[in-house]
Amino acid sequence: MTIGLTHYLAVAAVLFTIGVLGIFVNRKNVIVILMSIELILLAVNINLVAFSVFLHDVVGQIYALFVLTVAAAEAAVGLAILVTFFRGRGDIAVDNVSVMKG
Amino acid sequence: MVLQAYAFYVLAAVTLLAGLAVIFARNPVHSVLFLITAFFSSAGLFVLLGAEFLAMILVVVYVGAVAVLFLFVVMMLDVDFAELRQGFAKYLPLGIVVAAILTGEMILVAMSVAGSGAAKSSTGPLTHVGPFSNAEAIGRVLYTDYLYFFQAAGMVLLVAMIGAIVLTLKHKTNVRRQNIADQTARTPAAGMRIVTIKSGEGIEA
Repeated sequence: MTIGLTHYLAVAAVLFTIGVLGIFVNRKNVIVILMSIELILLAVNINLVAFSVFLHDVVGQIYALFVLTVAAAEAAVGLAILVTFFRGRGDIAVDNVSVMKG
Repeated sequence: MVLQAYAFYVLAAVTLLAGLAVIFARNPVHSVLFLITAFFSSAGLFVLLGAEFLAMILVVVYVGAVAVLFLFVVMMLDVDFAELRQGFAKYLPLGIVVAAILTGEMILVAMSVAGSGAAKSSTGPLTHVGPFSNAEAIGRVLYTDYLYFFQAAGMVLLVAMIGAIVLTLKHKTNVRRQNIADQTARTPAAGMRIVTIKSGEGIEA
């Protein structure tokens, strides 16, 4: 049997959902939330590349490249904020972030 | 063709299982390692699709930089991770319901999209347009039509780098730092004073 566009889209859909579920269940652990966001962006990239290959248009892969760039930048800034937050409070429980106290 | 199908199913299964392990692992270090597994096997999926350049970028940038950055941070912060899992069981049922609905809808959309429109008339996967390899094809478009976007991406990375440094830089108050402007602005008049002392008397500072 041949592997078509639908197969890749299904994998990306399930991976996207796993990422969303990760954000849901790990409400307090901001590190796992960041990793879930990475999973979501990976699912988006799989979608872009699959469409790019099956529609014979390389622009989709270029878009995936830009998504990857933004994801890397987001991870760097997010982890930097996390480190600063940890220094200020000594833990990373994000449900306390609403308390504005230095 | 059969081998390709097997490779697809193995890589897809590993990607999805690793993704599940990322969010359900008790130890965040294990989460990061499963994240690396997921990135690696989806790089395999990209190779299977014929997008070799993005597959290599995924391995180099994600596995080599982002995942290792995660690993550093997870190991650097010593946090009681058991405490952070408190709401886990509480949110799990609702999360699974939402996730099931989301997956069903997205697979439905994917099936309908793949069977209609431009994707229906697709003659199958094609990565090598003309004599160009995948990397060359990307380069030919990226450095011409998308040149400004490419530079904007560079700016995004630069700003992220500066932002990360500014956020994490800590000025210690008990360390004396060299101030070159003060040093060069110092004149003999400001730095010393000549005092004539009468013999037999001291000076007061």
